[in-house]
Amino acid sequence: MFKKVLIANRGEIACRIVRSLRQLGVGSVAVFSDADRDAMHTVYADEAVAIGPAPSAQSYLSIDRLVDACLQTRADAVHPGYGFLSENSSFLKALSAAGIAFIGPGQRAIEVMGDKIAAKALARKAGISVIPGYDEALEGVDDALEKASAIGYPVMLKASAGGGGKGMRVAFNSTECREGFDRAQNEAQTSFGDNRIFIEKYIERPRHIEIQVLGDHHGNCVYLHERECSIQRRHQKVIEEAPSTFIDSATRAAMGQQAVDLAKAVDYYSAGTVEFIVDQARNFYFLEMNTRLQVEHPVTEMITGLDLVELMLRIAAGEELPFTQSDVPMNGWAIESRIYAENPARGFVPATGRLIHYRQPPHSGSVRVDSGVSEGSEISIHYDPMVAKLICHGSDRNAAIALMRDSLDQFHIQGVVTNVPFLASLLAHKRFVTGETTTAFIDEEYPEGFVSQTPSEPLLSNIIALIAVVHQRSLVFQWCDNPPSSNPRKTHVVRTAGASYRCSVESEDGSYSVRVNGDVLKLTTAWTGAEKVTAFSVDGERYYAQVERTDISYSVVHAGFLVSALILEAHTSELYDFMPLRTPKDQSHLLLSPMPGLLISIDVEAGDAVQAGQALAVIEAMKMENVLKAERDCVIETIHAAVGDTLEPDQPIIEFQVQTQ
Amino acid sequence: MQEIIEELERRREAAKLGGGQERIDAQHARGKLTARERVDVLLDQGSFEEWDIFVEHRSTDFDMANKVVPGDGVVTGYGTINGRMVFVFSQDFTVLGGSLSEAHAGKICKIMDHAMKVGVPVIGLNDSGGARIQEGIDSLAGYAEVFQRNVLASGVIPQISMIMGPCAGGAVYSPAMTDFIFMVKDTSYMYVTGPEVVKTVTHETVTHEELGGANTHSTRSGVADGAFDNDVEALLSLRRFVDFLPLNNRSECPRRKVDDPADRIETSLDTLVPSNPNQPYDMKELIYKVVDVGDFFELQPDYAGNIVIGFGRVDGSTVGVVANQPMVLAGCLDIQSSVKAARFVRFCDAFGIPIVTFVDVPGFLPGTTQEYGGIIRHGAKLLYAYAECTVPKITVITRKAYGGAYDVMASKHLRGDVNLAWPSAEIAVMGSKGAVEIIFRQEMGDPDKIAARTEEYQQTFANPFIAGHRGFIDDVILPRDTRRRISRSLDMLRGKQLSNPWRKHGNIPL
Repeated sequence: MFKKVLIANRGEIACRIVRSLRQLGVGSVAVFSDADRDAMHTVYADEAVAIGPAPSAQSYLSIDRLVDACLQTRADAVHPGYGFLSENSSFLKALSAAGIAFIGPGQRAIEVMGDKIAAKALARKAGISVIPGYDEALEGVDDALEKASAIGYPVMLKASAGGGGKGMRVAFNSTECREGFDRAQNEAQTSFGDNRIFIEKYIERPRHIEIQVLGDHHGNCVYLHERECSIQRRHQKVIEEAPSTFIDSATRAAMGQQAVDLAKAVDYYSAGTVEFIVDQARNFYFLEMNTRLQVEHPVTEMITGLDLVELMLRIAAGEELPFTQSDVPMNGWAIESRIYAENPARGFVPATGRLIHYRQPPHSGSVRVDSGVSEGSEISIHYDPMVAKLICHGSDRNAAIALMRDSLDQFHIQGVVTNVPFLASLLAHKRFVTGETTTAFIDEEYPEGFVSQTPSEPLLSNIIALIAVVHQRSLVFQWCDNPPSSNPRKTHVVRTAGASYRCSVESEDGSYSVRVNGDVLKLTTAWTGAEKVTAFSVDGERYYAQVERTDISYSVVHAGFLVSALILEAHTSELYDFMPLRTPKDQSHLLLSPMPGLLISIDVEAGDAVQAGQALAVIEAMKMENVLKAERDCVIETIHAAVGDTLEPDQPIIEFQVQTQ
Repeated sequence: MQEIIEELERRREAAKLGGGQERIDAQHARGKLTARERVDVLLDQGSFEEWDIFVEHRSTDFDMANKVVPGDGVVTGYGTINGRMVFVFSQDFTVLGGSLSEAHAGKICKIMDHAMKVGVPVIGLNDSGGARIQEGIDSLAGYAEVFQRNVLASGVIPQISMIMGPCAGGAVYSPAMTDFIFMVKDTSYMYVTGPEVVKTVTHETVTHEELGGANTHSTRSGVADGAFDNDVEALLSLRRFVDFLPLNNRSECPRRKVDDPADRIETSLDTLVPSNPNQPYDMKELIYKVVDVGDFFELQPDYAGNIVIGFGRVDGSTVGVVANQPMVLAGCLDIQSSVKAARFVRFCDAFGIPIVTFVDVPGFLPGTTQEYGGIIRHGAKLLYAYAECTVPKITVITRKAYGGAYDVMASKHLRGDVNLAWPSAEIAVMGSKGAVEIIFRQEMGDPDKIAARTEEYQQTFANPFIAGHRGFIDDVILPRDTRRRISRSLDMLRGKQLSNPWRKHGNIPL
């Protein structure tokens, strides 16, 4: 076994790898950029080496600096994690020249699988089913249009070096194909420095199901079942689970066998993932092979009980796989939710900022949180906006879902907008619960994005009752010098935006009996105001909620719902009816920046008449181009920003002429 | 007997209708509550004891004899807010536009005199068209009687004004002399001369709202300490505000029972100050993590944002918080922020409220606007206020404490009781770059040398240790321990006794 391993990565995966190293008694070395000086992985590893400025190109992607860091710390192996240099054969070459082991597959596997064309050719040769398409890069727009009609729409345009949604465009007709080609090529050039674009059949209503494989240096290769990763937004995975609700054991075995065949065809060793796209008839097509540890590997670990990082280390150290295919267990169900700093109300654009408050749900045998941040960490513009991964395991899918919902309710993050409420809503979505998932799930079910809503009954009454009790408890406090009021007010009116609820609260031996507009609920809670997450139960049913008291009002977040309420005495509530409604300022005549980012183009000028859907400006954030389009027909009044500006969220970019009726 | 009781009831009911149902409806239609409704929202239910409901004016000119309404346009009395006594007057716009007559003023003066006698706060809910012109000079005399009492009560009992309608002309000077002024958005305004006069005299066209609305006074003039969305929210917020204050200058602030541990550790504060000294951070995060959970009432949040002031609680006890805010103008002191903080410091001192000061100040704002505007005199107000005050003073330097501004911000030299510094503190005459440009002026042509000198100066002075050697700071603390250290210091200072030399009064540079 190795003595000391350097982790050429950051964030949660670096921390997760340190954990396995520590269990094996192997030393760990973290590397950090200037932006990560105080990051958790920097502090958590045994040693840490500075490798340059914040931009990844000058730090986490700098092969020279990483090799130097290995030599400086005498690390004898490198674990690359995922992303960054994990699938970069030059890195592997540089390491091997310096006599340092790479914890991952061989050079040939990385090179072949890193080239989509070569990978597909090899897959075809190995008898793996592949999607109809062309192996040559498109020569231009015309070529794209011609090949698209040969394959038949819809088609997918993909960057050669792309992945994870970057540099991918779907076209349902020739107009979209034309526009998509340009954008894909641009993005490919800026993101990967390689503007080759390929075309293939786009599978409708597909599921994304992938097979985890594990091979050693002795010719053994097994599959560790599948993961379903159909829940995606912007072509990036958000929720993954194992096993899949969709495939039966015969399909599983067939997919597993193909995955192993493919791995063997490139003499694969270490952990790898073969991604398939599965259509509604359970036909599966090879998509690509990821020659690294995946973000979503924990769900496989939860159902198999294996530690993939440990196995990668053992394999890299030359050990033989300690089990055969028939030994691979499959216990229960595991789901992973990726917690992202992003705004679900605005097309899931990335968010940045400081984690002013950050509380994870407690770890247990069945709840695992992989994160690389803590309260006070910065989600910076330089790196991926993933905050943490929450993985829950249950005896069956419903149990895993229930646990995930409770755990999401306990995940408290303030300072940065996150997708936690969105995930909570998604986990409760009927279509998700019944397993009717396709890769278009989010686009279909949340076409306008996601904004927390007021829940419907009976949940609303439960939350209203909670607010009444919390308020009641806060009234008992009062002054140290005076005896507490023995008989605080017991009747309150809880007013939300839409309605008011008359609540009376009676406390009886540790619980509360709350009358909400006539119905009586039995509620218990230990709320004191000091904690961020409150456990409560209504009629014996246990819930978690995040209750915030702000000055004179309360807000409660639960299951992705938000209830904001004023709580008033009855006579005050009557008077409140006289209060004028305040309407938010109308900003529909402004195009506001949906995210922090760099303005890279403005496609219109003052005076232009534009049509709904027309591109107005492009913002680059986190290396993604975001096209801002006109929501309706209008005329441009003024341009408020210039190309090259760094934009704040909500900063006005373009002002439209106000239309008179 | 029965007859007189019935007569009493009849009179009381008539008085309670104020200017009549029609005017009450009009008041509601404007989104405003009536004077009595406001009192009911403000005070604990059923606690209000009204006085002088039968007072009437005695004016006869201009047909006034036919315009007599019992109570004469103001509701006065006392009651409790969360069990603590206050006196209240609430002007009734439905009665002759809430105009101030001799009798109306007399009612206000009466409760002010009582409040002084028993040592409890006075809260004024202002909604008045101004002087009762029909009464002429009697009305003016009434104002002056109130002004005089405002001044004598200043520093003895807390006086709070809530502007809930018009407040114009001479009438503004009563609220102006109270300790705090709050306003209701869209329905209140305050100015010395209204838009019509402004138009005649200066030819400026301006609306009531632009000239003296809640937005104007809470963002531009600094006259208002806060603005609220509507009457109910304003009054409920006022209840919360009064909870922070003592009843008078000899009594202690009420202490609240809390579940929040006084020794709570906040590890995230260790990363609050960015490694780049020019990068801002939000000082309010520190404030919110130091005070008891959620217990901070910020004053003037939208005015002179480079300094943050407000009341918070630590372990249940009220503290006044003053903090430089690096997010706005790098947290420097200027005219507005100096005056804003100075007045707050003096209130705390007058009412025995300990002051916690968080310092990250690069200096005073340079420029002709500031110098012509009299930054010398206005900056001196804050210096004077801090130097004069005798309440417990705890200071935490988080980052920059440069130059004269260091001295000003409750330094050890101004009788700071406990002066603490974070490891990131830089206590120096100025930033290294500026210092090197002066000390090594002759080397300015050589960028390498200058860089080396800057580094040297940075190493020498940009840390808390030099100040530590001299005892100008008592300790260097971990940011995570800030709440615990402040709480311990407050406990230690509970018995502090300090008084200034006898004098009629000092001469603060007004």
